[in-house]
Amino acid sequence: MGAGLRALMVKPHEYFTYRGGPGHWSWILHRVTGVGVFLFLLVHIVDTALIGWGPDLYNKAMALYRHPVFRVGEVLLAGAVLYHALNGVRIIIIDFWPQATVIHKKLFYAVGALFALIYIPTAIYMLDFLLK
Amino acid sequence: MNGSSRPRPESGLELYAWLFMRVSGVALLVMALLHLAIMHVINNIEVINYQFVARRYLTPFWRTYDLVMLWLALLHGMNGVRTLVDDYVGPRGWRVISLASLYVLAFIFLAIGSMVILTFHPAGQ
Repeated sequence: MGAGLRALMVKPHEYFTYRGGPGHWSWILHRVTGVGVFLFLLVHIVDTALIGWGPDLYNKAMALYRHPVFRVGEVLLAGAVLYHALNGVRIIIIDFWPQATVIHKKLFYAVGALFALIYIPTAIYMLDFLLK
Repeated sequence: MNGSSRPRPESGLELYAWLFMRVSGVALLVMALLHLAIMHVINNIEVINYQFVARRYLTPFWRTYDLVMLWLALLHGMNGVRTLVDDYVGPRGWRVISLASLYVLAFIFLAIGSMVILTFHPAGQ
């Protein structure tokens, strides 16, 4: 890559200072949640594969997932999947219906509102075990 | 910046990859969220164990569901990471190494995941 092109690349600190509008934040969140879900998918394939070794090993692995740290991680994972899914719909709407760029900020707030509406009660329900 | 994604590629493999992200994305929205609802909200880790999976895999329905979801999710994720490599890995050598590792990793995990779903046979049944 030439020096000219390199100068155009976003430096790490610029991810938090550059623009900062809804479009920028939705884009950062989409990448972060995407990578997070992908990494968990790889872990999940390994833990499921343990079932081939019979009940003892698999049940031990599942017992590990009952640790509160994993249960909280599970709630974060659900949030990452939900955000990525809802924001993905917003991206598709803008891709296939260019007029939607006019209301792109409203669309992002709609993603946020829908996310809160679904996620808050779900997260409370999933974290209910903490109180038991 | 309007928060859209990368522009639609003109043609060829890049266009198919772009289209695949959208089609698989919509399919995964339904499949992954339903999977989460069933396995992490309605049921949860308190009740999921070997017997639970054995019962679930008695009929081909959930095996097929999981297999389709596995392939869509892994390929969707792989193509997503490919985009990140394109964006963040500059030097040509590192790009080649990153992409090669990504494809090998995806192939191995696809193989492991598919094998588990297709060959799982509950003990004592």
